Amino acid sequence: MAMAIRVFLLLLFASFSAHPSFALYEDQVGLMDWHQQYIGKVNHAVFHTQKAGRKRVVVSTEENVIASLDLRRGAIFWRHVLGANDAVDEIDIALEKYVITLSSEGSLLRAWNLPDGQMVWESFVHGSMPSKSLLFIPANLKKDKDNVIIVFGKGCLHAVSSIDGEILWRKQLATESLEIQQVFQPLGSDIIYAIGFVGSSQFDTYQIDAKNGELLKYSSAAFPGGFSGEFASVSSDMLVALDATRSILVSINFRDGETSFHQTQISDLVEDYSGMSKIFPSKLAGKFAIKINSYVIFIGVTGDNKLEVVEKIDYPAAVSDALPFSEGQQAFALVQHGGSKIHLTVKLDNDWGSDLLKESIEMDHQRGLVQKVFINSYTRTDRSHGFRVLIVMEDHSLLLLQQGEIVWSREDGLASILDITTSELPVERKGVSVAKVEHNLFEWLKGHILKLKGTLMLASPEDIVVIQGMRLKSSEKSKMTRDHNGFRKLLIVLTKAGKLFALHTGDGRVVWSLLLPSLRRSETCEHPIGLNIYQWQVPHHHAMDENPSVLVVGRCGHCSDAPGVLSFVDTYTGKELNSLILAHSIAQVIPLPFTDSTEQRLHLLIDASRRAYLYPRTPEAINMFQHEFPNIYWFSIEAENDIIRGHALQRNCMPEVADEYCFNTRDLWSIIFPSESEKIIATVTRQLNEVVHTQAKVTADQDVMYKYISKNLLFVATVAPKAAGEIGSATPEESWLVVYLIDTVTGRIMHRVTHLGSQGPVHAVFSENWVVYHYFNLRAHRYEMSVIEIYDQSRADNKDVLKLVLGKHNLSSPISSYSRPEVTVKSQTYFFTHSVKAMAVTSTAKGITSKQLLIGTIGDQVLALDKRFLDPRRSINPTQSEKEEGIIPLTDSLPIIPQSYVTHSLQVEGLRGIVTIPAKLESTTLVFVYGVDLFFTRIAPSRTYDSLTEDFSYALLLITIVALIAAIFVTWVLSVRKELREKWR
Amino acid sequence: MEKSKAIFSALVILGLCLSVLPSAIAKSSGTSEGYTINGRVKIAGMGAKGFSLPGKISNVKIILNGGQRVTFLTPDGYFSFHNVPAGTHLIEVAAIGYFFSPVRVDVSARNPGKVQAALTETRKGLIELVLEPLREEQYFEIREPFSIMSLVKSPMGLMMGFMLIVVFLMPKLMENMDPEEMRRAQEEMSNRGVPSLANLIPGAAGGSR
Repeated sequence: MAMAIRVFLLLLFASFSAHPSFALYEDQVGLMDWHQQYIGKVNHAVFHTQKAGRKRVVVSTEENVIASLDLRRGAIFWRHVLGANDAVDEIDIALEKYVITLSSEGSLLRAWNLPDGQMVWESFVHGSMPSKSLLFIPANLKKDKDNVIIVFGKGCLHAVSSIDGEILWRKQLATESLEIQQVFQPLGSDIIYAIGFVGSSQFDTYQIDAKNGELLKYSSAAFPGGFSGEFASVSSDMLVALDATRSILVSINFRDGETSFHQTQISDLVEDYSGMSKIFPSKLAGKFAIKINSYVIFIGVTGDNKLEVVEKIDYPAAVSDALPFSEGQQAFALVQHGGSKIHLTVKLDNDWGSDLLKESIEMDHQRGLVQKVFINSYTRTDRSHGFRVLIVMEDHSLLLLQQGEIVWSREDGLASILDITTSELPVERKGVSVAKVEHNLFEWLKGHILKLKGTLMLASPEDIVVIQGMRLKSSEKSKMTRDHNGFRKLLIVLTKAGKLFALHTGDGRVVWSLLLPSLRRSETCEHPIGLNIYQWQVPHHHAMDENPSVLVVGRCGHCSDAPGVLSFVDTYTGKELNSLILAHSIAQVIPLPFTDSTEQRLHLLIDASRRAYLYPRTPEAINMFQHEFPNIYWFSIEAENDIIRGHALQRNCMPEVADEYCFNTRDLWSIIFPSESEKIIATVTRQLNEVVHTQAKVTADQDVMYKYISKNLLFVATVAPKAAGEIGSATPEESWLVVYLIDTVTGRIMHRVTHLGSQGPVHAVFSENWVVYHYFNLRAHRYEMSVIEIYDQSRADNKDVLKLVLGKHNLSSPISSYSRPEVTVKSQTYFFTHSVKAMAVTSTAKGITSKQLLIGTIGDQVLALDKRFLDPRRSINPTQSEKEEGIIPLTDSLPIIPQSYVTHSLQVEGLRGIVTIPAKLESTTLVFVYGVDLFFTRIAPSRTYDSLTEDFSYALLLITIVALIAAIFVTWVLSVRKELREKWR
Repeated sequence: MEKSKAIFSALVILGLCLSVLPSAIAKSSGTSEGYTINGRVKIAGMGAKGFSLPGKISNVKIILNGGQRVTFLTPDGYFSFHNVPAGTHLIEVAAIGYFFSPVRVDVSARNPGKVQAALTETRKGLIELVLEPLREEQYFEIREPFSIMSLVKSPMGLMMGFMLIVVFLMPKLMENMDPEEMRRAQEEMSNRGVPSLANLIPGAAGGSR
């Protein structure tokens, strides 16, 4: 009997542990994950609206994306993310069915099928000279039903067939320093004009036969004043350019191969002219626009090279290219700002007085200025012409305006995220915004009965749709308050455009957004760039009433000694609390592990001349800081010089700099790698907020190993300088990879490994006492992943119980980086199939849950790989006790289990980074993956052992309980009867 | 100036005439320092699958050297990388729903016109650069259809099962008991006064021993 019970219990246990994988079912997609697709800041847009049916706009972006968007809703029909070095130069539509893109500095010409985005052909344009690239599709140049595409790239002019991409003819044009600026074909002729500047002062015109590429005429003329390179095309035989001093407008006439110049002083046209002028590169007939001071001035060209001012408008304005729409007329759009509105004007380019369209549209202030305008026309039902306008804003968002309203908008700034942090949501208070989760008992019951039907596979297809909708819409996950499990948070992201977004983790919606005023272009700060974002104030305990805030760090300009910019933003309201333009630069930001009485974290900012500045600048902060003064160490990496230095604080830099929050620093140590044999390619440290649950690791044979856990370890990978390039550029003999583990307080090299015949790129993660890194092995020509685990040998003696009892252990002795650590290192290496774009490790609240590596593969997917697969104690034949401990037999390569892709069947295009955030629930990690797309999910590396899963059937539980109660009653009745019978007997 | 260039062309001959042409043909044309790698991706039954994978040939990417260059497939599955320097390169195929092995491709300056390609996963050499998926990838667990077994196996089912055993099997066990012992047990029970199922169980267990 006892045996039976044991077997039964075993069965019970087996039934719980029968599912080794943690994968999703297909119908669980969207329950705890969300995926958003973006394209990035639009550079070029081509409309395709002529034919009936789907109206679309084809765009290319700064993120090297080409996409076809639905003009009605802004949704993506199709999209391709080109390679990182394959920037799109130009796009156009040929034959009404192909999208033609010219990329990689004019060397790759591709045609994409307009309806589905299938690549039709690809053509490589040869040439030797780097030059500007141009794409031109003449409307009337036909060759047996074929449209000819004229491409200028790499110093050559090519004619390419648009049907199959075959090169029909090519003509070498560029001599040294020729920059062809424009290729065009006057209407009704077979001659192609190519015009450009040679050097800074010569203007060249080429006339080429469109049929065979023969050079018909070449003329060249020199302008003594020199050109600035900016120009606007005014008519088919005239350009207006700015001279080198930017104070003279030069109209260049090149009719019939004769080039003539005509100069006009800008000051003759505009009275109060001073400073810089800039020509908008437009193509309007007889007109062009220049920007002077804070004005945009439209200048008309009359017959004999006379220039005259047509209109003067205030600067923040954008002009579109001209759009031919009926009977040789051309229209263009002009967008101006006025208060909270933008004013859109569409004008005919030969008739300035009348406006075709004049609209004012309310615009969100957080979108900033209009940067680009693309215009398209349509025919209304009453046969009049309507116009729609696509605008790109300062925050990289894309909006379609039609009939005085915003038809749709896309937040494409989110395609270029720079940095991420998280913020907690407000605590739910009584009476505060508790959404109606369950309407009434009946609804609740109905929902659960439907769910039960689902689990029992009795549901009809309609029911399944209802169930799925119910699960996805669950208002629980998108509430604006903190939840018990810590799943609901705000993701605060900083984008390249200098805009902050707060995304809700429940459904990914934008809660608030803020175009940071301090990261916008201004007089004092010409080219501000955002760098990082830090948690500034995380209130808990005594400062509960404060709102949390984040610190955004930026810089005025690209060089590292440009002055820094700080901005403090409240994460609940999305308002900027304070902003500072610093007197010093920012080379490094170190969040210190101390907070003041209002829970503001102390930050140390290191500038380019190695002075340290303390923030917040309060006396309280400086007091706290003085206490910890001798305990603050940091390091800096000079990747270009291959030097790593350790630093400590020295004293207040009072005499030189009158700032009591400024400190001088001193160098403690430096490691100089020999530049002829080693080059730093990757450095990784542990996450500052990582929690380690236990220092000891008990092995199956009752042995204890002590992890060497130090926050001050740095992983450095160097490669041979020859092998620093891409794969395929070095042979195995001349490449090696050296890996170091360095203590950053003392500069001591704890461990060093050389991998001969290997090269980068190296991706690594450092967690607890181990580091995992990914690199390329040239000998095997495969990627490899290695793990290094560090164990503290000095604590190994503590296993002796007798010593423990007698008090001779060293458990209570202080750990110091200065004492020489006795460490042992275990490592192992495995093959890994894919290239890796990013790597991260799961992090949980208490560090109890086992770890998983999150690997962003080259296919833009994220693979979760158990740390157990990267355990140096794996062996080919693990003993029975090791097996019980969970050690997996050794294999030469790491397994790729499709079910363990956390992105399941989705791709995070252009993947750049993976961030893990611990939830309050110990078993669960929140994962945010960003690139061009965004993806968020939560994963449980050891399954959710501490909570019931989402699809847990409460109804089944209820039914079981009811059945049990019924059974108790039945048996009770039976038992009573039996008893009665017994008694009668 | 004109410099001869080799094109590694792994032409794939469709259909039946596979054995007629040599697998790799060298061509020389154009002007450039680099070489061209041509190849083909072949996926059997692409798009024919009813499963909701967004597997479309237009979304397949071919990646050279871990992201150095990315290209796409033409409708019939061909791809090419232009202007590739001599050396040993790595080509990867990113296609949702399929697992492709990376391919090692040798482009040698000395011996132009010869394709040397090998799958790095299986170390299988390729005569021509035709990449086929090693396997399909299933990203989701498949929900088992409803069965009595799954219900029985669930914790609740096991609970019920245990109860049933107790209710129906225990009396059977008792029947097999020695009548002597049975009587003794009953006496014991009546002495205790409160007869219940719970009291029967240890007795039964004792009986079977």
